[in-house]
Amino acid sequence: MATEYASSGEYIKHHLQNLTYGELPAGYVRHDGTVLTEATKTFAHGAEEAAAMGFWAINVDSMLVSIALGALFLFLFRLAAKKATVGVPTGLQNFVEWIIEFIDGSVRGSFSHRNALVAPLALTVFVWVFLMNAMDLIPVDWLPYAASMAGVPYLKVVPSTDPNVTFGLSLSIFALVLYYSVKMKGAGGFFSELAFQPFPKWLFPLNLVLEGVGLLAKPISLSLRLFGNMYAGEMIFILIALMFGGGWVLAAFGGVLQWAWAVFHILIITLQAFIFMTLTIVYLDMAHAEHH
Amino acid sequence: MNFNATLIGQSVTFIFFVWFSMKFVWPPIMNALEARKKQIADGLAAGDRGKHELELAAKKAADTLREAKAQAAEVIAQADKRSAQIIEEAKMAAKEEGERQLAAAQANIGQEMNRARESLREQVAALAVAGAEKILRREVNAQTHADLLGQLKAEL
Repeated sequence: MATEYASSGEYIKHHLQNLTYGELPAGYVRHDGTVLTEATKTFAHGAEEAAAMGFWAINVDSMLVSIALGALFLFLFRLAAKKATVGVPTGLQNFVEWIIEFIDGSVRGSFSHRNALVAPLALTVFVWVFLMNAMDLIPVDWLPYAASMAGVPYLKVVPSTDPNVTFGLSLSIFALVLYYSVKMKGAGGFFSELAFQPFPKWLFPLNLVLEGVGLLAKPISLSLRLFGNMYAGEMIFILIALMFGGGWVLAAFGGVLQWAWAVFHILIITLQAFIFMTLTIVYLDMAHAEHH
Repeated sequence: MNFNATLIGQSVTFIFFVWFSMKFVWPPIMNALEARKKQIADGLAAGDRGKHELELAAKKAADTLREAKAQAAEVIAQADKRSAQIIEEAKMAAKEEGERQLAAAQANIGQEMNRARESLREQVAALAVAGAEKILRREVNAQTHADLLGQLKAEL
């Protein structure tokens, strides 16, 4: 399908562009040269337009796909929860219980305090991130092509390749970390943890800088790790997909590569979901722990 | 890579999903798991108890059996003793009876003998008298006399 694009660069750009809905300011020159006479709410065409929409724009594809996946997750698990019996579990319940026990084991292993929020949070993070990552396994052209047939110009189907999504997760978790840090240690305790170590108290500005960087690095590294891995994986799929336009030998080779990369990617998507979940648990555990 | 309101939308969605799973997904499944764990533990405990009880019952049964055997042996011994005693008693009684009957028979025989002797004596006397009468009637005939006497002699 790469042949439909003017160049492979455009193909890649197109695949990496979210379907962004927002307001373009008056006087903005659009991609086709038209000049807007007044502020217009529309879908962005290309990265420049998306950037021009500023903060108050929304990536419709990321939102819809992630909400659909989250709803699928909650629907299946709620179904199993409603039917949960003490007797011999079957089918769906068995599968759900398997995941729940896995999450429960991870939480027990990494989180040494009592908090009813952490386990369901870890479950949501793991399954949701896994499902969002798993969208990467759908061949890169299928859904965008189907969408373009339906008149939707852009569609990025893997929500976790959108930094808005990963930062949305990690910043929410960071908010929880701050909340529990203050709740468990008190504002003073939290501040002293940041200011009075690792160096002696009189070096507190240095401590504050060091610990502040360490604290801020948590949400940033958490989201960038997931985003970077998924973005790179998606990019490789796109590059492989480019080969399909280069004659049947290259296309066959591309097919083999895509299959191999998809198999490897199964490991990556699971691993990234697991890392995201584990770090979430660990950060919350650190937020609960009294520093010595 | 530009940030926009998707960030906020994602956070809200995420918080809602976590809330939902905390409220409606995690507790029921966890409760079911805990309940099953408890049920299995109870079942295992009941199994252990049953095994223990079985052991006790087997021990008790063995004890009862041993007791019954001992009792039976005792009963048999007693019965043997009793039967020997009864046989002994029967033998004694038979012997006594035999002796008694023998004595009675002997007494009878003696009586019969006496009675026979008595009647014989009477007959002898009667014969003697009859002989004497005949002798008296034929006194003259010495020869006859001698005959008579001879007859008497023979009859005695």
